[in-house]
Amino acid sequence: MKARVTVHLKTGVLDPQGEAVRQALGAMGFDGVEGVRQGKVLDLDLADGTTEAQVTEMCEKLLANTVIESYTIEMA
Amino acid sequence: MRAGVITFPGSNADRDLAEAFRKGGADVTMVWHKETELPQGLDIIGIPGGFSFGDYLRCGAIAAQSPIIRAVTGFAEKGGYILGVCNGFQVLTETGLLPGVLLRNAGLHFVCRTAPLTVVTSDSAFTSDYNAGDEVMIPIAHHDGNYFADDDTLARLAGEDRIAFTYGDNPNGSLNDIAGILSDNRRVLGMMPHPERCVEEVQGGTDGAAMFRALADVLAPA
Repeated sequence: MKARVTVHLKTGVLDPQGEAVRQALGAMGFDGVEGVRQGKVLDLDLADGTTEAQVTEMCEKLLANTVIESYTIEMA
Repeated sequence: MRAGVITFPGSNADRDLAEAFRKGGADVTMVWHKETELPQGLDIIGIPGGFSFGDYLRCGAIAAQSPIIRAVTGFAEKGGYILGVCNGFQVLTETGLLPGVLLRNAGLHFVCRTAPLTVVTSDSAFTSDYNAGDEVMIPIAHHDGNYFADDDTLARLAGEDRIAFTYGDNPNGSLNDIAGILSDNRRVLGMMPHPERCVEEVQGGTDGAAMFRALADVLAPA
């Protein structure tokens, strides 16, 4: 089984990398990009029977820093 | 004074930090991150600068899960002293021994130069040889030194006199110009600038030497 964890910066946390991407898109002529927030995706290959609660614990303890980041989990 | 300096894969300021402790009179033991116990009788642990685990995932995040960190956390809980410099500061925030987090520099650039800092408090074993308000020149070299914490945490740090150093010329976007902070028992200091890189003239400055002298005075009274 697999899980996809998406980690993104919380609202209000400055994202200088996303801002640099937004500016680059504007410089390339892509008008109307009003904001870019950069996050990360982690695809986990899991032993059968791994629970979403266990993946949540992984997120809380390592995959995300909940001071600045939030996360979503898709089990598949 | 007995000091232990932790080395992770990717640490690069571990020997400089050990040398600065020795210059302050310490007996230094290097400790590999896979150890599960600290050497007996340590007074202080140094967590050095560098790029532990290649800064993968988040700076300091993987190092914070190293086997030795459980012992380091126990050491802190028993009132042990810890100095975390640069990547060491990032490790301390990732372990939760210090609040907040170090984000990517606001200007996105790696900054590498000598920075003017203000000593905000002399009320700690690390800063007792400085006077509050002193301006010191300490080298910085980091890509992720942009201190962030929520408003409550920032207010608590200021209210409890736990901001140790601020930047005179904020190089990275840190909130409230924060360059270094203390734990609530004032025995854990995390800072992005490198005091161990300015302890003797050959390094281009000696403004960091007072920190290691002060630690030696407090931790090994003559």
